[in-house]
Amino acid sequence: MTETQELEQLVKREYKYGFTTDIEQEIIPPGLDEDVVRMISAKKKEPEFMLEWRLSAFRHWQTMTEPEWAHVHYPRIDYQALSYYAAPKSQEELDAEAPESLDDVDPKLLETYEKLGIPLHERAALAGVKGANVAVDAVFDSVSVTTTFKEKLAEAGVIFCSFSEAVENHPELVKKYLGTVVPQGDNFFAALNSAVFSDGSFVYVPKGVKCPMELSTYFRINAKNTGQFERTLIIAEEGASVSYLEGCTAPQRDENQLHAAVVELVALDDAEIKYSTVQNWYPGDEEGKGGIYNFVTKRGECRGDRSKITWTQVEAGSAITWKYPSCVLKGDDSVGEFYSVAVGNNYQQIDSGTKMIHLGKRTRSTIVSKGISAGHAENAYRGLVHIGKTATDARNFTQCDSLLIGDRCGAHTFPYIEAKNASAQVEHEATTSKVSDDQMFYLRSRGLSEEDAMNMVVSGFCKDVFNELPMEFAVEAQALLAVSLEGSVG
Amino acid sequence: MALLEIKNLHAEIDGSEILKGIDLTVNAGEVHAIMGPNGSGKSTLCHVLGGRDGYEVTQGTITFDGHDLLEMETEERAIAGMLLGFQHPVEIPGVKNIYLLKEALNAKREAQGLEEIDTFTFMKQVRELVASMDMDDAFLHRGVNAGFSGGEKKRNEILQMLLLEPKLALLDETDSGLDIDALKVVSDGINRMRGEARGIILVTHYQRLLNYVEPDMVHVLYKGKIIKSGDKTLAHRLEAEGYQEILQEAS
Repeated sequence: MTETQELEQLVKREYKYGFTTDIEQEIIPPGLDEDVVRMISAKKKEPEFMLEWRLSAFRHWQTMTEPEWAHVHYPRIDYQALSYYAAPKSQEELDAEAPESLDDVDPKLLETYEKLGIPLHERAALAGVKGANVAVDAVFDSVSVTTTFKEKLAEAGVIFCSFSEAVENHPELVKKYLGTVVPQGDNFFAALNSAVFSDGSFVYVPKGVKCPMELSTYFRINAKNTGQFERTLIIAEEGASVSYLEGCTAPQRDENQLHAAVVELVALDDAEIKYSTVQNWYPGDEEGKGGIYNFVTKRGECRGDRSKITWTQVEAGSAITWKYPSCVLKGDDSVGEFYSVAVGNNYQQIDSGTKMIHLGKRTRSTIVSKGISAGHAENAYRGLVHIGKTATDARNFTQCDSLLIGDRCGAHTFPYIEAKNASAQVEHEATTSKVSDDQMFYLRSRGLSEEDAMNMVVSGFCKDVFNELPMEFAVEAQALLAVSLEGSVG
Repeated sequence: MALLEIKNLHAEIDGSEILKGIDLTVNAGEVHAIMGPNGSGKSTLCHVLGGRDGYEVTQGTITFDGHDLLEMETEERAIAGMLLGFQHPVEIPGVKNIYLLKEALNAKREAQGLEEIDTFTFMKQVRELVASMDMDDAFLHRGVNAGFSGGEKKRNEILQMLLLEPKLALLDETDSGLDIDALKVVSDGINRMRGEARGIILVTHYQRLLNYVEPDMVHVLYKGKIIKSGDKTLAHRLEAEGYQEILQEAS
């Protein structure tokens, strides 16, 4: 058995362990109609406007068909066979399922954390150990991290809460911005999400405020299972800035196969939003069985002049990834950036890229995409650079590199360029390379093991993207690639 | 005991035999030059000694410092103290030169049961070596061999040798593509490595390098066999008379 298989198995075991419970859960029976949408809204005690919003999304969704243009293959999903609501588990329920301490956690899982370089104090929380958050607090000199963070954020006037809390406590902000970047009917999966979304995160940074911390630090430890239809909305007012990191390098399990999240970012004049993602959902086994379908809609709007949005992503998990974090550059002199590493091993399928929609004058965008394919994986970059009529002197630079490991995988590039303004400058560079025998022999002849040699070549390939990640995460991301590619050499 | 002992080595690639019975003994403290015309098997010999995939040894033995070399993986050979200097060092984009140097040194230290070298000591040592090779510090922060000129690549190979201090250095056409100044710097580096505990094999086409690094033994490789061995005067004869004369004499 290869290490990869072992890893898969151990996490599966962990997953089973986590969910063997006979405590009754509140689940709506499978199927989706207006009553279900009403029921979800009612269970969440939402105001009328939210229900109306969900219903109109649902009606739109009914008229739509699932997109088939992506370079991915999967059996048809029966949307009436899915259940669209499960009540969040109470702390008692969670505790009943949780391991008593790290000693009860599968040592192999801990080994994975070790390999990923996840700090000791976070491991218990990630493994779902009972009362682990208390332990986390203890590590930080007995001051509650959560409280400290919350106080610090509140002091700065930053709102950072779950989407449900935002609907309850800040309905005016939700009403004003929800769906303004990704409209309800934007695409099939976004419409579905809009109708039935479970929960997610909400960030609001008021005018002139620099968010005093990376929102990752807090988020990583406290992220609750937000379900398969996650919704995130981040607003940076004039001159505000925020850096948000979603996900985690630790392997993530979920009983739901289909994930359809929506993320909306709004940047007003001179605002800056940096959104980083590390995605490591279950990718399926070595034969390609199982794994998460990750159909995500992420879009940011540089609504104000001189605003800037940066997407950085490291996509290592999921059986299928369908994801195009995009920027709508409305404000004059606004800037959109997209830095991506997408790695596929075994039978993973990835169709990912970005859209840069230039509308404002002198808008600039940069796209750096690094795709790595190993095993039987299929990895496609799909990107659109659109220069609108109004976008005088817009500039784009795209660099799109593919790295192949072995000879059974595939890399594909689908760049689309639409320039409707003659003053535009659009550059596209693309390369495809293989980890060569020469490189492997050279590094091994310097004493590096085969896997270390491979990791060195791969991390060199990804350097431009890793440089964009928050410092402590760059190291983990590198380790994540190593774990993801285990078993792909030799 | 000899540092390297090759006996009746036969090796083939894709079914065609390139090495046809090589015998060679290198003792610690010696510098050997292996010369030969194109296609004689010089690079194949280097690759077989380095343990590259794709070469099949069909007969013979190689003993290195008491180990059965043919049983060892490439990285094990490196850690045991063999360093192969490449004729065409490959580019590894995005990986800083200094990072590779440190990883390589630490791989060796780990095998010796030593701790990882601390950054301060390492930087001091590397900077001195870089200066001694008449190179700039900026060189350390560029991608491994990426965009290096031919001369820079060769200097980099010697730099790695000086840092890793191998028991046996096997330098494949280290002199090719060097101008006269670079040749002197590279030769100085090799001469500094000469020592009682170390063996050096220079694989070269021309006698030029041997004006600066004086070999103890010179071997002529032709059609996969060593057809003649002698002292440094053999290299001078080759230079003066060409291979043809020697080949005829040997046959």
